Formats: sequence, C-alpha cells, structure tokens
Amino acid sequence: MTEILVTSIFQQNLALSFFLGICTFLAVSERFETAVGLGLALIVVQTITVPANNLILNGLLVEGAWAWLGLPDVNLTFVSLIAFIGVIAAMVQILEMTLDRFAPALYRALGIFLPLITVNCAVLGGSLFMVERQYSFSESVVYGFGGGVGWALAIVSFAAIRERLKYSDIPEGLQGLGSAFLVTGLISLGFSAFARLEP
Amino acid sequence: MLSRLRTVTGPIIANNPITLQILGICSALAVTTSLSTALTMSAALTVVLCLSSGIISLIRHHIPPVIRLIVQIIIIASLVIVIDEFLRAFAFEISRQLSIFVGLIVTNCLVLGRAESFAMHNPPLPAVLDGLGNGLGYSAVLILVGTIRELLGAGTLLGYPMLPLAAEGGWFEPLGLMQLAPSAFFIIGFLIWAIRTRWAAQVEPPKFALKTRRAVR
Amino acid sequence: MADPLSLWRGFLARPNDDRLKVFGMAMMVSLVCAVTLSTTSVLLRPYQEAHLEAERRAQMEAMLDRLPGLRDLMEEAGVDGLTTRLVDLETGVFLLDMDPAEFDARAAATDPELSAAIPAEVDIAGLRTRARIAPVHFLERDGALHLIVLPVSGAGYQSTIHAMLALEADLRTIAALTILEQGETPGLGSRIEDPAWQALWPGKQITDESGQIAIAVVRGPGTGPYEVDGITGATQTATGVGNMLRYWLGDHGFGPFLDRLRQGGL
Repeated sequence: MTEILVTSIFQQNLALSFFLGICTFLAVSERFETAVGLGLALIVVQTITVPANNLILNGLLVEGAWAWLGLPDVNLTFVSLIAFIGVIAAMVQILEMTLDRFAPALYRALGIFLPLITVNCAVLGGSLFMVERQYSFSESVVYGFGGGVGWALAIVSFAAIRERLKYSDIPEGLQGLGSAFLVTGLISLGFSAFARLEP
Repeated sequence: MLSRLRTVTGPIIANNPITLQILGICSALAVTTSLSTALTMSAALTVVLCLSSGIISLIRHHIPPVIRLIVQIIIIASLVIVIDEFLRAFAFEISRQLSIFVGLIVTNCLVLGRAESFAMHNPPLPAVLDGLGNGLGYSAVLILVGTIRELLGAGTLLGYPMLPLAAEGGWFEPLGLMQLAPSAFFIIGFLIWAIRTRWAAQVEPPKFALKTRRAVR
Repeated sequence: MADPLSLWRGFLARPNDDRLKVFGMAMMVSLVCAVTLSTTSVLLRPYQEAHLEAERRAQMEAMLDRLPGLRDLMEEAGVDGLTTRLVDLETGVFLLDMDPAEFDARAAATDPELSAAIPAEVDIAGLRTRARIAPVHFLERDGALHLIVLPVSGAGYQSTIHAMLALEADLRTIAALTILEQGETPGLGSRIEDPAWQALWPGKQITDESGQIAIAVVRGPGTGPYEVDGITGATQTATGVGNMLRYWLGDHGFGPFLDRLRQGGL
C-alpha cells in the first residue's frame, strides 16, 4: 500500500513521467493560487473516480460479473472506456452540486476547475492504469489519492517556478510555451531522482 | 481548391496544434520512445480525428445543443474503441507497447477541440480535411520526437540499427536520458524555440515589459 | 402520417431544443455506437485471442530453442512439445482430473475462489495473492524427467514481471530463464529481456549444499554458482527477478512440489 502511494506520487508521477494532463498543466499554471486550486480539485476527483471505476469494472464489466443472472460468459470490458468517461463526468457533476449545496466556500475555490477536470487525461489515465495494473478496491483508493497528490505536487511546483520566470529575460522564441516545456523537463528530471527511493 | 489544400497544410507547421496551441500532447509524448509506436499512434489519432470530424459534421444540424458535448464524446470514444480493437487484432505487438495511450485519445483536447470548433460549423468535406491537417500536424511532431528519441536513445530506427553501438564494436554510446520522460519535454521545448525563431509571428508577447537591454533598445 | 419516411422527416424537422428530439437523438447515437462496438468486439475477438495464444506459444518455443541440445533430445524422444500438468501448490501433488488447457493461470491469480493470500513476511515477490494451482511443463522420456519448466512472476520496479524458469533433471541447476512480460523502464529495467542478460542464468544453482535457496541477483559481477550480475541503473528490477525466483522456489511457491519430485520422481 505505502509502495503504491509513494510510487504514484514520485516515481511514476502522472504528469511528469506519463505526460498525463499536460494540456491543463501548461494552461492553468500561470498563477500559484489557481494551480493550488486545480491540484486540490484533481486530488478529490481522482480519489473518488478511480475507486468508483474499479467498482463499475469489477461489478458490471469483467467476464463473470453477470454470472448471477446466468450469463457467466458476458465480457463487457470493451465498453470500459465509455463507462469510465461517463462515471468521471457524472462524479464531477455530483461533486460540483454537493459542494455548491454544502460547502459554498470550497465550491467558490474549486468550482471553476471541476469542469476542466472532466476532460483531463490524468483522471481517465488513472482509471485506465488501475485496470492495467489490476488493483483491488482498497489499492485503487490509495492509487487514486496518490496519483492526484503527485499531479498536484507537479503543477504547484511548476506554477511556483513559472511565477518567477515571468520576470526573467528569456530569448524571444522561447517565451511562454517553449520555456514552459524546458522547465517541465527539468522538474521531470528532478523527480526521476526519486527513482531510487525505497518505499 | 487552394483553400482546401490550405486547410490540410496549414496545421502542419504554421498553425501546428501541438507547438502553437498545446493541444493534444497528453497522450502524445509517452509513446515517442520509439518510432514505430509514434507512427502507430499518429495513424490512430489521424484516423479518429478524420472520422469523428466527418461524422459530427454530417449530423451537426441535428445535434441538440444541451447534449452536444456528450454526443461528441460518445462518438469519439466509440471510434477510439474500434481503433483499439483493430490494433489489438492486427497489430498486437505495437498495441501492447501503446498500452493505455490509445484509450487516452478520447480525452485528447485536439480531437474534441476540432469537433467543437470546426466540425460543428462546417460541411463534411472541409471538416474531414481539417481533421486530416490537424492529424498530420500532430503526427509530424510525434514522428520527429520519436525519431530523435529512438535514434539517440537506442541507435536504431524502427528497430533497425542505424548507428554502430559501442557495445558491438562501434562508436555510438546510447543516451539513456533519451529513453526517459524528461527528454520528450526538452525536445518539444527546443522544437518550439526553433519554429518560433523561423516564424516570428508565433512569438508570445512577454507578460511584463522588462527594463533590460532589449526592452530599452 | 403513418408512412415511416415522413415520420422520420418530421422527427428531423423538429427544433433542436425539442425534448423528443433531444431524447431521440441521444437514443439513436447510443444505439448506433453500441451496435458498432459490439459488432467489432465480437468479430475481432477471435483474432485477438489467436494473438495471445500465438504469443504464449512463441515464447515457449523461443525458450526451447535457447536450451542447447533440447531440440535433439525432443526429436529422439519423439515428442514435439512439453507435457503440461496442473499442480496444487500447497500439497505439491498433481491435479490430474483438471484439463490444463482450460486453466487460465493469470485470471486465477486474482480470482478469490482460486487464489490464496500470500502472508506479508514471505511475500518477497510483492504479489499479494497467487493462484492455488499452477501449471508446470515437463520434458520426459521413458518416465525419466529431463527438464521442468515453472511459470514465475513477481513485482519488478514498476510492473509485474512474468517469466518461465527451466530447471534441469537434478531440480537444482537452472537450464534457462525467459522473461515473458515486463513493463519496466525502457532502456534500463527492460534490459532483463536482453538475451545477453538471460544468458547469465543457465548453469546457476538454486540451492546450496544444505538445500537452502541461495540463488540471488547481486550488484556488480556475480561470483560463484548462486550469484547473477545485476543491471547497472536497474537494481530494483534485477533484484525483483531474484526475489521472484526465491519466492517461487521457496516453501510458499513450488517448494513442496519440488521436494515431492526430488523424493519420488514423477
């Protein structure tokens, strides 16, 4: 368990070693505060959707899931992609409404980021990795949380660097996107130093 | 006819979706460790992009605005699953290496972005051409990065030896870094720099004017 | 209006915010997608399964090719492949009433009914659960064992590694180790698939004089009959392979079966 947590945060960071969610990563990291908000929103969504998709997969889609109905050979794993997207979209929507109703302050802080997250590859990627690595339910909770924390950590450190970068004298062609990629590469290089970390 | 051609060629360099608009790189870079995976991924994405643009454009007058996004996503996701099944049936080895990244085409901002901004407002033929152009633009970057990473990281291209390896008596020592994630970021960063130096119109204006040598001059 | 074509036209002519149209379009898109997906899935599944089957067979063949002289031995014995039998790992006895062809070892490893949890203190391979039954492959001639092939798996650095371990008739000497599947860091951990690294294994001994398991992957050049060189930059992957073998050859893995085989033969 601790191994999954540590690996998903450091060694196999969704953003820095699998390039997931990089579009959002580059677009919403101009300011430190927004990066923190988006990071938190992603942690919450990952922790909910990865286990939820795990339940859907094992309860409805895998071969044998319909055995109690007398259909042991039905294998629906080919629709898992659509099912996952549906679950993610629905979960984000529910989360949005719940936050709006019960925690308006939090909703104001995170609300605008939630719709962005529906089409974030990091969220779908987390669920797909959960399938590929055959995590159990409890492992998927840990993995979802760890993956979210890892992504949040990456975007927050990136935004912090980027805020300082605004004031530096960068060659013209490298301004904006170009330097953003180089900085991300350096952070990714830094994170690969964690590879030897013993969980 | 010329404008049609421009729909296709425009997004390849001058208006490249990856280097200019940072669209769709999520699923792109992870598969660039070798040229063969980059090529397969490019083909898969281009096919999905053309088909989804075409289909969405065909039914664009009958998509109710309230369920617009979900209809687009379902069409794209179905296409992606079909492609994935085909890869697993006929290009088994490569589909193994692509792992989850074919599935991630669904959340590729490029596909949904083209559907939403172009295919919804244009007839099928231009929509398909726009899809093709953007697909090729995406492929160009992917293939370039894949070539650099495989050539420098392993000394091969498509698995065929290109540079004589030191381990086999040659002079080339493979650069381990090229096989790791950071190299992809560096290559894209330098690529953007090169493109923007050549086509200066793409340069982003600085957020703050600096009182340095250049700003004063 | 009973004519279906005019009904269809009427439906399409409805405004896009009309409820019936929204519902109808949603239904139709879903239906078309569902039919397309199911058809492709059903039509292509035989091809996909053929690939998986072919891959397994090719890997087995590749391993057989790597063992010197095995082909000749097989030809002499008049067999064109290995015999496969299922073994109950706990007791080490053969389960002759089950058909090995119908047993899916991968699926069984996580199936609650067919698997057993591995106690944390012996779980050096990091597997958490393993199937209670495992297939083993033999090359036998006139009732005498020539070679035995055991499927093994274990956690590497970032993926589960699946491999086949071939032991010679003394059940101590490694005849070959073949990595079937791994998802380790490309260029580093993935080098366990290099033939050069796998060529280090044949001839190594799994147990020392007293019968204790001694095989291990070490940093730097391995010395002696129990040590295999690690891979620079991929210590955890290589150590994972070592641990995987130690687990599967140990008391919780194929240990009981190998003991029984040593005492009583086939």
